[in-house]
Amino acid sequence: MAIDKQELKSVILKPILDNNPIALQVLGVCSALAVTSKLETALVMAFALTIVTAFSNMLISLIRHQIPSSIRIIVQMTVIASLVIVVDQLLKAYAFETAKQMSVFVGLIITNCIVMGRAEAYAMKNGPIMSFFDGIGNGLGYSAILITVAIIRELLGSGSILGFTILNPIQNGGWYQTNGLLLLPPSAFFIIGLLIWVIRTLKPEQKEEQQ
Amino acid sequence: MPTDSSTGPKQESVVRTILVALTVCLVCSIIVASAAVLLKDKQLKNASLDKKRNILIAAQLLTASTDIEQAFANIERRWVDLESGKFVTDNIPSNYDQRQAAKDPAASVAIDAKQDLAKIGRRAKVATVYLVKNKGQIETIILPIHGKGLFSTLYGFIALKADKQTIVGLKFYEQGETPGLGGEVENPRWLALWPGKKLLNDEGQPALTLVKGGAKNEYQVDALSGASMTTRGLQKMIDYWLGEQGFSKFLKRLDVNSTAAQKGAA
Repeated sequence: MAIDKQELKSVILKPILDNNPIALQVLGVCSALAVTSKLETALVMAFALTIVTAFSNMLISLIRHQIPSSIRIIVQMTVIASLVIVVDQLLKAYAFETAKQMSVFVGLIITNCIVMGRAEAYAMKNGPIMSFFDGIGNGLGYSAILITVAIIRELLGSGSILGFTILNPIQNGGWYQTNGLLLLPPSAFFIIGLLIWVIRTLKPEQKEEQQ
Repeated sequence: MPTDSSTGPKQESVVRTILVALTVCLVCSIIVASAAVLLKDKQLKNASLDKKRNILIAAQLLTASTDIEQAFANIERRWVDLESGKFVTDNIPSNYDQRQAAKDPAASVAIDAKQDLAKIGRRAKVATVYLVKNKGQIETIILPIHGKGLFSTLYGFIALKADKQTIVGLKFYEQGETPGLGGEVENPRWLALWPGKKLLNDEGQPALTLVKGGAKNEYQVDALSGASMTTRGLQKMIDYWLGEQGFSKFLKRLDVNSTAAQKGAA
């Protein structure tokens, strides 16, 4: 199976800005709220989701000719759930501290609409290699939003980035009055909303048509 | 790249559907089961290291260069029957988990609503305590405490000096209070206010209070600002766990100067 370089590039890069799973498709928002109060958890979550999406896409694409359409959704779910459990187990074994902070949210990748959305929309119709990169691309698109949100929340909410103090907060004897709202999940809604606004202003073709 | 349609009539037969479902399930379950089995040892080790780390922090024994296992060599784990205050030596599995026991009707007791200051409903009959020893003498007593704050149950350790009154340190290892407000129970700067304070008075009664606007004596600690409910939960948690229902009897019985008391119990 020959791989078209142009196609490959678009599959990986398009989901980052042009067809972002969170900003345009508005999928997978719930986990974006939960794990973005710190950059560290956001990075681990982004990594976990990218791996799961890539491999679930690849595996589902490999067996797409065998899957009867009557049970295709449940087969996709089974593959995705297995991958998520494996990733969760690996994190608990090799990144215990972070896994503890992320608690159930790694497990909840199973219900993340991006993973199943890509399986159903792309992997069922395309070859395994392209599907794998489509998963990587969509994972990166999700990661881009997650990391942006997490940087804003951690910097303004706790005055630090990756745990290193940038703005010394008053609680620790510094000068910066931390913004407590940014540490609470709803703030991610506002930030994602603002990001969507920015992206759609820069790329007017993403605007939805007026009803 | 051309897209292809994958569904033909051949794939839709009932036998084939069942066959595909069974195969997918079998393969996936093997993968999941092997991941769980292969990684279990490593995960348990992580969980145990994490717990030890928190205990060392409560006892103020952890520095950046500390080797956790090595530092823990001086710490003895003991089990205490809270009803009598005596050490328990029989019938305790080495992996005894106080939190699990609190859910087990046979290993726990329901707490009368009036006495349930910490709002925990049930407590395990047997508590796990940690004793830091130096040449047979007890230097620090580390007690597990937990109770409701505003949103969550806080779990932590409080460490006392051998005088059974003075606080060595406090550490919460699990909590879900409001970040930036009640969540500041994890702030090391606030926790640093605790060492040296007196948790119990000379009669062995819980005497420490969390106060607003500046602690004035050794029986007072500054409350967390903006977290009245978490503070109230903390206060009640301390009153409960150091009171008659909690470790009061154990602390009164404990002989810090010799190991004789424990040998007697054994």
